[in-house]
Amino acid sequence: MRRLSLAIAAFVALAGCGGGGASAADRKLVVFAATSLTDSFERIGRDFEASHEGIDVEFQFAGSQQLVAQLDQGAAADVLVTADEVTMTRAVDGRLVTGEPVEIARNLLTIVVPRGNPMTITGLADLALSGVEVVLAAPEVPAGRYSRLALARAGVSLRPVSEEPSVKAVLSKVELGEADAGVVYVSDVKGRSAVEPVGIDPAHNVEATYLAATTAAAASGDAASTFLGVLTEEDAQRHLTDAGFLAA
Amino acid sequence: MLAAVAALLFFVPIVALLVDAPWSSIGAVVGETSTGDAIRISMLTSLAATALSIVGGIPLAWVLGRTDFPGISIVRAVVTLPMVLPPVVGGVALLLAFGRRGMFGPSLDAAGIRIPFTTAGVVVAQTFVAMPFLVVTMEAALRSFDARYEEAAATLGAGRWMIFRRVTLPLVAPSLVAGAVLTWARALGEFGATVTFAGNLPGRTQTLPLAAFFALESGAPERAVLLSVILLVPAVLVLLATRRTTGLAR
Repeated sequence: MRRLSLAIAAFVALAGCGGGGASAADRKLVVFAATSLTDSFERIGRDFEASHEGIDVEFQFAGSQQLVAQLDQGAAADVLVTADEVTMTRAVDGRLVTGEPVEIARNLLTIVVPRGNPMTITGLADLALSGVEVVLAAPEVPAGRYSRLALARAGVSLRPVSEEPSVKAVLSKVELGEADAGVVYVSDVKGRSAVEPVGIDPAHNVEATYLAATTAAAASGDAASTFLGVLTEEDAQRHLTDAGFLAA
Repeated sequence: MLAAVAALLFFVPIVALLVDAPWSSIGAVVGETSTGDAIRISMLTSLAATALSIVGGIPLAWVLGRTDFPGISIVRAVVTLPMVLPPVVGGVALLLAFGRRGMFGPSLDAAGIRIPFTTAGVVVAQTFVAMPFLVVTMEAALRSFDARYEEAAATLGAGRWMIFRRVTLPLVAPSLVAGAVLTWARALGEFGATVTFAGNLPGRTQTLPLAAFFALESGAPERAVLLSVILLVPAVLVLLATRRTTGLAR
């Protein structure tokens, strides 16, 4: 019995020391960010934790519209980063964020197809060909809005086979080979071996704007502002451009 | 006391839903094409899934409840797995089975059949998650009654199908109704497997639960609330209508 309690005590102590150096005294910074920012923000978060002792960054990635809806329903977050102005405006109008939103990155759209491009898609016009199953983000998702704008600019009218709740879900359907094509951000395709991008005519392409703001409900206001400041600095911007984004 | 608290867990959300619903907008919401589409798709698919669950589930329940063979417990475990599997996982599994690159992908392709992204796909997803409810209910019912009734019928000269139709089925009818109601309710409320396997397209695969979810996140929570209320209606009606046969009424 003695041995067992010693073992349990040791285990609890070890568990307390785990978690990347986070301890009960660390302040938590919760960042709600659009799904397209997943990889780059996780790197930015690790850098931030390393250079800011005592702050533990926690991310929640989802479609921007989902994040704003959650904030509206009382979710606790300190920073909100959306993939377009429309969802950020919703947050501003709903008094869910404080201060002026800051632009932290931009992005362009691309068509994504399974590796090998089995349907030989060459541009937006090909997406409307019969037999091509296209997946788009739902209209209320920023990527969904941008995709439809690009299609309208190209004069292409198409009916997708499914409207996904986030841009990553669009990518997944194409990666799984379920859809013949999808429209996602340039950054989403970078480094994914199961898919390849097909360019969109620059005249039709839409530039996405990523905006960041501190939330009204922020528990650690100064940590949130610090994080916001870091996002526009060189190191964070490098992570973003490495991931395929355009600098702010 | 504890029972009262437990009951509150159910009462409060339902009452809140009915009280907070923006009833004045209900005309507008119901009039929208996408709402009508969602209702139509939900009703069509959930009823089809229930029918399939009955047609496939009764024989399956019979085999599990009345026969024995090596590996029967494995079959039973696998058949009831969808009940404990997270629905999205079920959806992914269905994609890996019947999707383009799935196990049956090439054969379905060759036959010109496409299941994901179609209304049929919604039915498949719902049947996958809901049939186990029917199988479990029916297996219990088939096990529990006295086999001597059937034996008596047999000695009087009735054939197997006649015995099943005239003796077995009437005896298990209440369980069948209860099982069917449960199955239909599960199929109607299905979300995770549907959105993953069949996708989401208003007019083709967007069921009421999907419509409510997307309405909630597009900044139209009032629409989501009304769609949820619409979902409540058939559920309550059926529960009321079948309470005598399911033994829920005293």
